[in-house]
Amino acid sequence: MDWQGQKLVEQLMQILLVISGVVALVVGYATESFRTMMLIYAGGVVLTTLVTVPNWPFYNLHPLKWLDPSEAEKHPKPQVVPVASKKKFSKK
Amino acid sequence: MHSFGYRANALLTFAVTILAFICAIASFSDKFSNQTPSAQIQILNINWFQKQPHGNDEVSLTLNVTADLQSLFTWNTKQVFAFVAAEYETSKNALNQVSLWDAIIPEKEHAKFWIQISNKYRFIDQGHNLRGKDFNLTLHWHVMPKTGKMFADKIVMSGYQLPNAYR
Repeated sequence: MDWQGQKLVEQLMQILLVISGVVALVVGYATESFRTMMLIYAGGVVLTTLVTVPNWPFYNLHPLKWLDPSEAEKHPKPQVVPVASKKKFSKK
Repeated sequence: MHSFGYRANALLTFAVTILAFICAIASFSDKFSNQTPSAQIQILNINWFQKQPHGNDEVSLTLNVTADLQSLFTWNTKQVFAFVAAEYETSKNALNQVSLWDAIIPEKEHAKFWIQISNKYRFIDQGHNLRGKDFNLTLHWHVMPKTGKMFADKIVMSGYQLPNAYR
């Protein structure tokens, strides 16, 4: 998942869960059935899981551009040279 | 939100938090219900009234309890626990409460009832103070919700009196 996808997932997850909660509460109160409220909310959670948790392709529409491996070899990472002079300074 | 596990965890946590909110609001909605319960208790007969070997008075009564507790049920009610208590005063205790009968009412349909029964639990005094005693019969109820706080209330019916001599 790319960055845009992750942002979308977070927003979708929050909105879908809140809407499930509100709809469940309103329908449950109107039908005077606690069971209905719980069932609607459970359904909403399952739906949200199916939409946001798996790595769907539409979350990857702005993929990150990683460097080509051959391009990376032309610009090697700088080597860290072990510094031996530090000990000499402390003895002084 | 970079991995499956991360998203699943975030979803689960948020879903449970919202569930807690929903239950709190459902419990709060009970405040808006209009409750008008009613009850009547009649003592049909004093079966017997004796002083037991250990020195305490005991009475056996036949009661007729009529009640309509249907308005106590809301969408958030699991059951209503109702009981009848005899209340009186003695020189030893300012308030004596003896439970005579109780019932669990699981549904609204069963909440309007009429029952004729002798006392389910024994009416025994701490001592021998019951001759000629004036007492109240109180119907208490506890409304147990599906989520939230349980609340209790009662109807006090006064004017009952035990006989002056043992029978």
